[in-house]
Amino acid sequence: MESILAYLLAGISYGGQLALIAIGYTMVYGILRLINFAHSDVFMVAGLFVIYLQTAVGFYVAIPAAIILTVVLAFSIEKLAYKPLRSAPRMSVMISAIGVSYLIQNVAMYITGGLPKVYPDIPLFTESVEIFGASTKRVTLLTPVLVIVLVVALVLLINKTKIGMAMRASSVDFETARLMGIKINNVISMTFIIGAVLAAIGSMLYFSNYNSISPTSGAMPGLKAFVAAVFGGIGSIPGAVVGAFIIGICENLLKMVGLTEFSDAFTFALLIFILVVKPTGLFGEKQYDKV
Amino acid sequence: MENAKKKSLIKSLKYAIFFVLLFAALVIIDVKNPSYSMIITVLKKGTVYALIAVSMNILNGFTGLFSLGQAGFMLLGAYTYAVLTMTNEAREAVYYLSGYSVTFTLPWYVGLILAGAVAAFFAFLIGLPVLKLKSDYLAIATLGFAEILRAFSQWAKLEKITNGSIQLRDYPTFSKSSLLEGTVFENASLTPYVLIVSLCLLLIVLMINSTYGRAFKAIRDDEIAAEAMGINLAHHKRLSFITSSFFAGIGGALLAIYQSSITASQFKSSTTYEILLIVVIGGIGSITGSVLASYLYIACSEWWLRGLDSGSFLGLNLPNVFRSGFRMVVFSVIIMVIVLFFRKGIMGERELNLDRVGWFFTKILPSLFKKKNKAESGKEAVK
Repeated sequence: MESILAYLLAGISYGGQLALIAIGYTMVYGILRLINFAHSDVFMVAGLFVIYLQTAVGFYVAIPAAIILTVVLAFSIEKLAYKPLRSAPRMSVMISAIGVSYLIQNVAMYITGGLPKVYPDIPLFTESVEIFGASTKRVTLLTPVLVIVLVVALVLLINKTKIGMAMRASSVDFETARLMGIKINNVISMTFIIGAVLAAIGSMLYFSNYNSISPTSGAMPGLKAFVAAVFGGIGSIPGAVVGAFIIGICENLLKMVGLTEFSDAFTFALLIFILVVKPTGLFGEKQYDKV
Repeated sequence: MENAKKKSLIKSLKYAIFFVLLFAALVIIDVKNPSYSMIITVLKKGTVYALIAVSMNILNGFTGLFSLGQAGFMLLGAYTYAVLTMTNEAREAVYYLSGYSVTFTLPWYVGLILAGAVAAFFAFLIGLPVLKLKSDYLAIATLGFAEILRAFSQWAKLEKITNGSIQLRDYPTFSKSSLLEGTVFENASLTPYVLIVSLCLLLIVLMINSTYGRAFKAIRDDEIAAEAMGINLAHHKRLSFITSSFFAGIGGALLAIYQSSITASQFKSSTTYEILLIVVIGGIGSITGSVLASYLYIACSEWWLRGLDSGSFLGLNLPNVFRSGFRMVVFSVIIMVIVLFFRKGIMGERELNLDRVGWFFTKILPSLFKKKNKAESGKEAVK
């Protein structure tokens, strides 16, 4: 019983961390119709920022500074690698995204020397606590709360503010939104900024749990977060969050029954299942192709 | 009419002579250089990558299906070859933990063909659900399948076949061939790769120039228009997917032969990205472009840019900057420049045109440098 609870808790917390990454994917896809392959590397780099800043200036400065640097990184990726290709075919933009991901991984490999870096203990996150007899790190309990708070704030931002309205308009129809006088470039930048902030917070939660970062450690959670976004219906924020929690919990339950090798395969099987059965995902809107 | 026929005959003769000369040059390089020399290593690996890149180009460049499953099919090919061609003595040593359940040994050429066939069969199965998807969903789904295949190959229950996540080795490679012992070709290690890959490329070119190839291009240019013209979309997409995977499987097997040991962990999605970037550098939709880019890519990463990793490059000696990993940084920056500013790559959608090459060598180069040896080295790069 205790072990089930431990796996369940781990699943919820893992799912919450995926959710924070998945929101970045789903928002960018909603507006640009682009799978931002570099998002998972931005997530990884956010972790590296914390490591390097923490040794230089200590925690209380390092955490906000890491978030700001991550935002700057995501913002410049959008400006340098995606904006020049706005009128190009979608395949070119996707290739550019893959290229950026390759570049970031190689730069990280160069700077870290390819060795896994140990993530510092953030005392608030890594202290161990006991709940119903199952002992776990505090981050496990903190993650779902933080995720819910952030998602509520984001939904309010999207539904109640002017920039949120502009985002919704752009995701429905990019061209018309532009004709209506929406500054589309600002909307896109804002999307990348929000995605980066959430990815940075997600990376602090994720790496507090897993302790070490290597240049490729963003790839797996990134892919899974994307699957979560597709599962929930791409473009839909609540969908991405629900999808991420389902994936996180299912993977940890699979680990409990001893099928650890298949926890990754399960996620992709789920992806293919949902794409074949209901391509628009749980909460997605139906889309029609125009000739 | 008669004249046109004659012209096309002369043209094909010209190309035939060109490729025979190219092949002869490769064989001479092979015989003259020891198999451990850098140029042989680069040409070998470049040849293998050329086949893999072209196989990806069939899908992404000619049919317009953005698939990222190449690493998975390479893995299938490599494993099929390694598992089926190993001798039982070798198996004793390789499967030392789990024991082995495949007890027969196939000759290498059967293994190679089966490597392609197994990859093609899996492509057929995977294609059934996946090919219905559009652009980026297809990319993610194929990427997912490649990951699933990798997970399966490392699964403990299949240990007796795939050896889990431990490496496979001691299967037949081309360096130990006893057939040619005593002849000039005794230490020819590159020629078998070139022969096999040329044969595969010839088949691919014939396919691309057939009605199937034209149907693929029609689907790439406009799916709905192609369907309206009576092209069976599902059939042709499946055919393209299976062909591409067949050659990716053979490419994977050749890679296994080249490396003489393989593990599942090397067939990650980053392998697919690497090949995709080669295709982009060469030009999406150009076979000669992919081949050229493979050689360039491998030559740069294994040879010409090595100095960036080991302290000194082009006479500059900056051990603090030029340390391990810097080569890949420079490389990815070059790739980003190509992706952003030279979106067509080296060749765009064009193929190698001998008249233009000849014009380049007889008119442009001599006027640039009036030295014969420079033109010679330029010819190397074009090949």
